[in-house]
Amino acid sequence: MSFFADIKALILGFWTTLRHLGRRSATIQYPEEKRSPFPRFRARIVLTRDPDGEERCVACYLCSAACPVDCISMQSAERPNGRRYAAWFRINFSRCIFCGLCAEACPTMAIQMTPDYEICKRDVMDLVYEKEDLLIDGCGKDPDYNFYRHSGIGVVNPRGGNPDENPPLDVRSLLP
Amino acid sequence: MPTDTFDIMLLLAKLTLLYGLVMTAAAYLVLAERRVLAWIQDRTGPNRVGPLGLLQPLADVIKMLTKEDVCPAGADRWLYYLAPAMAAIPAILTFAVIPFGPPLTLFGRNIPLQVVDLNIGLLFFLALSSIAVYGVALGGWASNSKYALLGGIRGLAQLISYELSMALSLVPVVMLAHSFRLGDIVAAQASVPFIVYQPLAFLIFLISIAAECKRVPFDLPEAESELIAGFHAEYSGMRFGLFFVGEYINILVLGGLAATFFLGGWHGPWLPPAVWFALKVLAFAFLFIWMRGTLPRLRYDQLMHLGWKVLTPLALVNILATGWFIMVL
Repeated sequence: MSFFADIKALILGFWTTLRHLGRRSATIQYPEEKRSPFPRFRARIVLTRDPDGEERCVACYLCSAACPVDCISMQSAERPNGRRYAAWFRINFSRCIFCGLCAEACPTMAIQMTPDYEICKRDVMDLVYEKEDLLIDGCGKDPDYNFYRHSGIGVVNPRGGNPDENPPLDVRSLLP
Repeated sequence: MPTDTFDIMLLLAKLTLLYGLVMTAAAYLVLAERRVLAWIQDRTGPNRVGPLGLLQPLADVIKMLTKEDVCPAGADRWLYYLAPAMAAIPAILTFAVIPFGPPLTLFGRNIPLQVVDLNIGLLFFLALSSIAVYGVALGGWASNSKYALLGGIRGLAQLISYELSMALSLVPVVMLAHSFRLGDIVAAQASVPFIVYQPLAFLIFLISIAAECKRVPFDLPEAESELIAGFHAEYSGMRFGLFFVGEYINILVLGGLAATFFLGGWHGPWLPPAVWFALKVLAFAFLFIWMRGTLPRLRYDQLMHLGWKVLTPLALVNILATGWFIMVL
């Protein structure tokens, strides 16, 4: 007869809820208690500098092309020595969905995500970050990486002057 | 009828005290329900307004009073405005007959600790609970909304069905106490509460009052998942608040009646009688909250099946058995 099974199930249900009554709540009281997010947590986006203190960004537009919500915009420019940079760089954090695709697309490790998730503002326009708001002094997650030491021919060093490069061969020396 | 000034003053004082107490208790029952439900679900619940969230009812009242009072287009205006009162007032009125302590002797007068000791107190309660049905039915009907209408129809059918088993489960109590007067019923339980003689009637009454105040296993009239808010879907502001607070007053009233009919009312050792009564009422309130945190909602046919094919026949058999015992013993 299912009657006794039903009664048993009823008692079991009431017992379960009663047990949970005395349990600690799982709620985090946010402004007072804060979780420390993991290092790879995807929140506020920054622009990093290379170990020499120069801007890493070469204004290649790959991040703004990768952005699914089109919240990144910039204007590229070039210095006299051939080094590219962004004349202005703008991220609209009111549109950003923190997917991290921009950081994945970046060839120079310039654009990176940080664990700083507390970017609430009273005014929506304050969420539009300009280049000076985005640029930080450090190197971010990859402190040794320097794009122009591997690529960007002849901008930082003459050809073959980088540590992992060989100087260009004199083709005439290869003649038989 | 009380004729001299002292009696009238006393009556007014009791009314004011009881009204204030019941309203405050109902408001805090809302908070208690939210907190206890949260604890059951491993949450914290409202804890921001005042210490431990104790001022939350005040904030809720202010919110409801300042909200817009919307009357939907095409609604039956008079009935629409009348329905919340029809739901809340019978619940408060029922408290008039519940004794919450033994008669007091003050200034050489005998003062019963209840507003009126009607000799038909039990019938008065049953009549008022029938009137409370109109609040649900009219609110659902007058809203001119399909959800509200469905909720109203469900509420009507449910309340009428369960009123039957509720009334039948009280017949053995009357048979044992030989009186409809609530004071006599409490006095008859001075040594042994009726729950000992009538566990089945108590169970039927408990299930019926859960259905009567539209609480969770029987919350079909307002079933959120299918009817949005059921019969009060169109109400806003303090009119919704009246429905809402009426539900919680109903819990207190029916808890108090269950304590009066089966748990010996204010009788109890060591503690003062009023404290015992409050404890019993609060125990019932907690039981209802606990039930809400545990049980799923019944299907409509299950509800009708339980009411008509299980509870009502059981209550009738219980009356027969009780009658047989009284005749033989």
